Amino acid sequence: MKFGIVTFPGSNCDYDAFHAITEMLGEDAVYLWHKDHDLQGSDVIILPGGFSYGDYLRPGAIARFSPIMQEVAAHAKAGGPVVGVCNGFQIACEAGLLPGALMRNANLQFVSAEVRVRIEKSDTMFTNLYERGEVLRIPVAHGDGRYVASAEVLDELEAEGRVIFRYADANGTLSADANPNGSERNIAGIISDGGNVLGLMPHPERACSPLLGSNDGVRLFESILSRVAA
Amino acid sequence: MSEVTPRPGDPTITSALVAEHGLTKEEYERLIGMLGRAPTFTELGIVSALWSEHCSYKHSRPVLKTLPTTASYVLQGPGENAGVISIGDGLAVAFKIESHNHPSAVEPYQGAATGVGGILRDVFTMGARPIAMLNSLRFGSLDDSRVRYLFSGVVKGIGDYGNCVGIPTVAGEIVFDSAYENNPLVNAMCVGLMHEEDLIRAKAEGVGNPIMAVGARTGRDGIHGASFASEDLSAASDAKRPRIQVGDPFTEKLLLEASLELIKSGHIVAIQDMGAAGLTSSSAEMAERGDVGVTIDVTKVPTRESGMTPYEVLLSESQERMLVVARKGHEEEVRAILRKWDLTAAVIGEVIAELVYRVTEGERVVAEFPGSRLVTDCPTYSPDAREAPAIRDLRAADASVVPERAEEKDPAWTLEQLLSAPTIASKAWAYRQYDSTVRTNTVMGPGGDAAVLRVRGTNKAIAVKTDGNGRYVYLDPRVGGRIAVAEAARNVACTGARPMAITNCLNFGNPTRPEVFYQFREAVAGMAEACRALGTPVTGGNVSLYNESPSGAVYPTPVIGMVGLIDDLSHITRASFQRDGDTILLLGEMGGELGGSEYLATIHGEVIGAPPRCDVGREKAVIDALLEAIRSGVVSSAHDCSDGGLAVALAECCIGDRDCESGAEIDLSNYSSFSDRAILFGESQGRIVVSSSAPKRVLEIAQRMGVPCAQIGLVHRHSESLEITLPTGSMRSPLSRLSQAYHSTIPTVMARTPEHATFDELAPVAAH
Repeated sequence: MKFGIVTFPGSNCDYDAFHAITEMLGEDAVYLWHKDHDLQGSDVIILPGGFSYGDYLRPGAIARFSPIMQEVAAHAKAGGPVVGVCNGFQIACEAGLLPGALMRNANLQFVSAEVRVRIEKSDTMFTNLYERGEVLRIPVAHGDGRYVASAEVLDELEAEGRVIFRYADANGTLSADANPNGSERNIAGIISDGGNVLGLMPHPERACSPLLGSNDGVRLFESILSRVAA
Repeated sequence: MSEVTPRPGDPTITSALVAEHGLTKEEYERLIGMLGRAPTFTELGIVSALWSEHCSYKHSRPVLKTLPTTASYVLQGPGENAGVISIGDGLAVAFKIESHNHPSAVEPYQGAATGVGGILRDVFTMGARPIAMLNSLRFGSLDDSRVRYLFSGVVKGIGDYGNCVGIPTVAGEIVFDSAYENNPLVNAMCVGLMHEEDLIRAKAEGVGNPIMAVGARTGRDGIHGASFASEDLSAASDAKRPRIQVGDPFTEKLLLEASLELIKSGHIVAIQDMGAAGLTSSSAEMAERGDVGVTIDVTKVPTRESGMTPYEVLLSESQERMLVVARKGHEEEVRAILRKWDLTAAVIGEVIAELVYRVTEGERVVAEFPGSRLVTDCPTYSPDAREAPAIRDLRAADASVVPERAEEKDPAWTLEQLLSAPTIASKAWAYRQYDSTVRTNTVMGPGGDAAVLRVRGTNKAIAVKTDGNGRYVYLDPRVGGRIAVAEAARNVACTGARPMAITNCLNFGNPTRPEVFYQFREAVAGMAEACRALGTPVTGGNVSLYNESPSGAVYPTPVIGMVGLIDDLSHITRASFQRDGDTILLLGEMGGELGGSEYLATIHGEVIGAPPRCDVGREKAVIDALLEAIRSGVVSSAHDCSDGGLAVALAECCIGDRDCESGAEIDLSNYSSFSDRAILFGESQGRIVVSSSAPKRVLEIAQRMGVPCAQIGLVHRHSESLEITLPTGSMRSPLSRLSQAYHSTIPTVMARTPEHATFDELAPVAAH
């Protein structure tokens, strides 16, 4: 399977995603240049973290107009998997691939830490190798990660089972202390109504090596493999 | 030589103007002697920048020459943008530390941010990809609201810049002491990784090769930043805020990618950051290294505002710019690479055979200097050096007679006080704002003895750390200089790394004062002794003098940036106790020295006594014994004893890592020749707390290598306290209290609302 990782000017987690896919999963990966219109036959698109266009205006606000995003949107519309991590989540929201928005962290500070994330749903394209209720250790690193949406949208996301990751403590309990950025309802990651676009603030690609502290992100990518291959 | 004509409208050169440019009468005469005529305004500006302390090292160079700089693995020593060492497998590490003290004192956010930007460029111009950032910071007391403003601004500046470029900030240290009240120290270090064959130097070569300005456009910001950094801070410093540069990390990220692509492409022969003194110093230094002439036409330099004079273009310190010597005929290829990254590249001059440094404005020659004399003719000084008698008296004072406070009856009280002293307390408040895991190499991030980064494609890792205790250097510069190097070496060794080489940032006061120059000379001598003994040559660094405010000079603070190499990933060792039932050992000798300690400063408000002795031969032996034990696989954890002594080190082993807390039971009753407090809080050097499940092996190794080593206790993973038996008393501290003291001090202080919030205080935060 081939993963296409988009490099926007200012992307800085493209390299990490590339290495997680190729070294830890042993799958193919290519970098996709933001000015191009070619997905190079990628099966899965990753919108990586970083500071595309320097976060000028708003995180993700300019990147969504990159030429490559037309192709990414078409790929998503056709049911192709798209994973937006951190800045990629922000871009996906700005591009209308996912509802809601990521606002400045509640304490107004950048937060870099390993957090605990609870699996809310295990029958999705991205979590089918996890157990529901399982708690993962995954790093976050962002200044604008507070997920917000209207109450109606939040209720709809919940009702449709589209909130798939929430910040929790080590025991899986939701609390304000476990929420690193003040996200509504401790939301860490959501999927699109078609279930094929994932946006999350934590960095699964940084949790793919026991040497670096956590291996918990690997199954996210393997889940996609198992679903798409099947 | 060409005829140089003053530009219409340039100010007349008067003695006042010369003085304003920071040149002494003698230096000005030397300039006239070199030119054979009076300089133009443009020439005066050029010389003022290049002969500033910041660029010329005129007071420090003769002393710096005494530092050892060679080892078989040193590929590039001092004199380039960064030092480079080989780590085997065809790979090399480039690293350098630099100060941004003066700008940060006036404008903390931009001052710190551009410090990070500058040091990143120094590393990637060598052809290395930056893989880690470190910061060594010194501030006044956190009780002061302006200090809190400086601290939060600097931390945010460091974080916003490094996070955006995508380089993890992994280690460093932060010290709070009123000695730094109005003159904070902000030293940033960058570490990069490269293939040896990609090493490129900033040496102009090849007559006829075009000189190109690439990256951001040139504006009017930061003009005379280098001179500003070469004078004491004063009430008037605030008015020099326009000399402070403004950073754009997004452009830096693009410039980083474009520069590495350029270097790989083979279309260029040299590249250098336009840092301090901008275009002037980068072009003059590249010409001098290559022993060639250069000519630059300032009208060709891409500017971001119109009407800039040659003086302004030459001295601008606009950020995120590089000077490149391209191969003739490859200009278009260079432009294409920069265009890909949405950056500009313009041919602004040429390498010439005639040994002159020439600047033109179109056809008109506005500045010209013979050969490389612009760089080499800068005078050097060896000022008088004399120790201040007051410091000699402080050192002679007997620290052991300071009466104990009543509360000290229970040493647990004292320990909690020390753990909550901002210098010792956890700095997570700061480093949680730094992305420490991007690029997925960080095995151990901030908070341990040193950070560890894996080296992809090998079974190796590198360990990096900065260190420097200004209080020791203040009390005894020779010993303090030794300790700075030894402690940095011990820190990287605690992670399992062999100390390899250092970069250094020497932060001192005004060198024309004999007592300051004495500190400088002695501290460097101490560093040199330690570097020789430990086999860690100096590969470069930076000197920051004139760190003085109206309240006096800062503590003399040499900061050491150490790089160590871990040969096998399985040797990576952590500071926290790991396993229940492990034996705790003290490697090194119990010294009972209280002089210059954090204990005296925090508990008694005293800065007195001789700092702990530092025998560099013994330091080497301790490090060798530790590494031997680690390589033998018998070490579960290792943690250096430093600020706060053995008690603080033990507490940190228990509660430093919140995910891995352990209790411990310690027996120090054998050390009856020392007082309880000297055992607990004395800062004798060359000591490491080791935990092991095979203590006999550790003792054996230590004995074989002639290093004292004693079993002092046991790790109780499930116990909820640290218990210590002493010769005359004992103590028991619940882990919850230790943890509270250690982890919540700084967040609590920083949550305080400012006592006064002026526009000045809020502006930099609001701006981002």
